[in-house]
Amino acid sequence: MQDERSKDQVSNFINKCYAQMQQGNIIVAYKGAIDADLIADTLTLIETKLERDVEHSLTRKKIYNVMVECLQNLFHHVDAIPNTGNLNYGIFVLSKLPNGFYIATGNMVNVSKKPVLKQKIDKINSLNKDELKEFYKFVLNNQTFSEKGGGGLGLIDIARKTGSKLNYSFVPFNDSLDFFKLSVILTE
Amino acid sequence: MELLNIEGTPKTPTVNMNPNSGEVEIKGRSIPENSIEFYKPIIDWLDEYSGSPQPSTIVNIQLEYFNTSSSKCILDVFKKLEQLKKNQHDVLINWYYEEDDEDMLEAGEDYESIIKVPFKMIQIVD
Repeated sequence: MQDERSKDQVSNFINKCYAQMQQGNIIVAYKGAIDADLIADTLTLIETKLERDVEHSLTRKKIYNVMVECLQNLFHHVDAIPNTGNLNYGIFVLSKLPNGFYIATGNMVNVSKKPVLKQKIDKINSLNKDELKEFYKFVLNNQTFSEKGGGGLGLIDIARKTGSKLNYSFVPFNDSLDFFKLSVILTE
Repeated sequence: MELLNIEGTPKTPTVNMNPNSGEVEIKGRSIPENSIEFYKPIIDWLDEYSGSPQPSTIVNIQLEYFNTSSSKCILDVFKKLEQLKKNQHDVLINWYYEEDDEDMLEAGEDYESIIKVPFKMIQIVD
């Protein structure tokens, strides 16, 4: 019974976050379990949709590139919620705004990871275009990469390719988990 | 020494490496979740090739997309080529990019500024 109740709590919480993250005309939006197959299938779907909805091929390419980084980031960094059968709940949204494209992801992160993540994003947001390029090259050339991912290159790359600040917030879920929301706007 | 041929997939590039002609080609998309695994045979091949390379090695990189997980592996490939160059063998990296694709051109220039091997930036015009 307790298990059911906590599942409902998770659902309500995720639904609320999901509603807040919907903006503009939705091209693709998802909430639910995140796994490698889902990411691969979604990228195929996004490619088809962009082919149909976005005229300029370089814009399509840029959106696709940013989506790859966002979704793979999401896949690598989502933390499971206890009492849900350890589900990796995540959210992503791609939509069209009057001034460009909105790309958002959301996932649970352990609160212990929050300070490092926050520091990393604040640093990226403080850099201009040339400084970002230098920072990217520095991380590329000096950081050892894990099996998991690009050693933090993903966020730098998203900031570089979109030219957007990384908008983020941490929404407290419980004592050990925060819901981490990240969004960028790719202006056309 | 053997040829290395890997057929491309929606997530990984086509790879052709020829020890007899000294030609290396990586073409397509490189967006696997785990790039280290994909690039391992390429790095291993270059290690073996470096033992008895051709006088001149030509490397053609024509990527449509690559993720940041691949970017480190591509740097590792280029570092092997840099070593070859350091050992007095000719190496040229042709970096292809689609017309007006500033992101891909810039990515090539990033590598060019890190790796001490001549790069040629080649725009693909439809």
